Amino acid sequence: MTKIELTVDGAAVSDDVEPRMLLVQYLREKLGKTGTVIGCDTSNCGACTVHLDGTSVKSCNVLAVQASGRTVTTIEGLADTAEGDLHPVQEAFRECHGLQCGFCTPGMVMQAVDLLGENPNPTEEEVRLGMEGNLCRCTGYHNIVKSVLHAAETQGAKA
Amino acid sequence: MIPVKFDYLAPTSVEEALSALGEHGDEAKILAGGQSLLPVLRMRLNAPEVVIDLGGISSLRGIRDDGDAIVIGAMTTHHDVRDHELVKEHVLLISKAAAEVADSQIRHRGTFGGALAHADPAGDLGAPALALGAQFVIAGAGGTRTVEADDFFVDLFETAIGDDEILTEVRIPKHTGWGAHYEKFVRVAHQWPIVAVAATVKGSIDEAKIGLTNMGSTPLRARATEAALAGASATEDGVRAAAEQAAEGTNPPSDLNGAADYRQHLARVLTGRAVLKAAGV
Repeated sequence: MTKIELTVDGAAVSDDVEPRMLLVQYLREKLGKTGTVIGCDTSNCGACTVHLDGTSVKSCNVLAVQASGRTVTTIEGLADTAEGDLHPVQEAFRECHGLQCGFCTPGMVMQAVDLLGENPNPTEEEVRLGMEGNLCRCTGYHNIVKSVLHAAETQGAKA
Repeated sequence: MIPVKFDYLAPTSVEEALSALGEHGDEAKILAGGQSLLPVLRMRLNAPEVVIDLGGISSLRGIRDDGDAIVIGAMTTHHDVRDHELVKEHVLLISKAAAEVADSQIRHRGTFGGALAHADPAGDLGAPALALGAQFVIAGAGGTRTVEADDFFVDLFETAIGDDEILTEVRIPKHTGWGAHYEKFVRVAHQWPIVAVAATVKGSIDEAKIGLTNMGSTPLRARATEAALAGASATEDGVRAAAEQAAEGTNPPSDLNGAADYRQHLARVLTGRAVLKAAGV
């Protein structure tokens, strides 16, 4: 077992974990943060995307021990509070109906937040390229792209 | 699936990492960004007893100007390589290829040195590194040595790095002012290329350097096309005629994505496109 200490969604946590434990397993099984989902388990689909020190990563492709000393933000910690508030990107996905079955949504939202952080005013093509590591098995890409563009507009209006 | 159990070591210096490697030998695997290694461990294609994580060695990260070369630390992420001003100014081809590696999330974790040491023939960084004549700085118990790109790639997933050695940095000779383009042909946006071509040209065209991805068990140079382009004028017809020789001497694989002769066809077409874009035609 290896000792890890990290910050997850604003809270400091420490644990002893097996080195082989994946970050996504740690989040779901040890911390109960099941908002982050496992899709393909092969680092293709992006459903498990979280932020590690502020940038998007696929949490099925990071060991929990590699996150020690770092800060993780999951879909559950994205909004300012847990009491029903939504992050502007979550709000945009709701507004534009950027989901069908919803399974890919947590990863899509986390990647969209990363994308807009790097490029606050993306073109449609830049959104499609920036989201290339996230797959939607319902093929609902059209509204997902609309959601990201809508979030860019509303965030821009706020700033 | 999750990996088979292993012991985890997190050295904070290259010396510590080398001594751990010396102690555990073939039982150990080096973990860089983990974006290739972790899938391998999860699918249980490999089951090392010890994993040595280089993530805590800060001296392996970063990019610097070293006179006639740009030096990229082995643990620098693809994301940081792509966006670095020194890379864009002096070795633009590397920036262009790094931008095409996998997807955004993978580029945040995956490392320049890790990808080159992994030596997947379908990896995006081998061909540009070969074309630019990169030099690989490898540390071992007896000190460091430098290996030229022509000698670095040995075979499928095999490089000149010894079992008891670590790739620490890659020196890439400056090609300031050269145009560059990485033309990647994929079936799915974030996947490995079926074939890709890394091209960089000086003027239009004094000199051309072209690397091929996934056209053999290692990255290859399209030497015949390079020779045909040297001193030629960058017209569409001229470049496409020179690109007809791009598949000479290649031995590409046949798989579900395409047969060998199809890949050779792709190499010719993509070389034409890559050179034309690099030359700004």
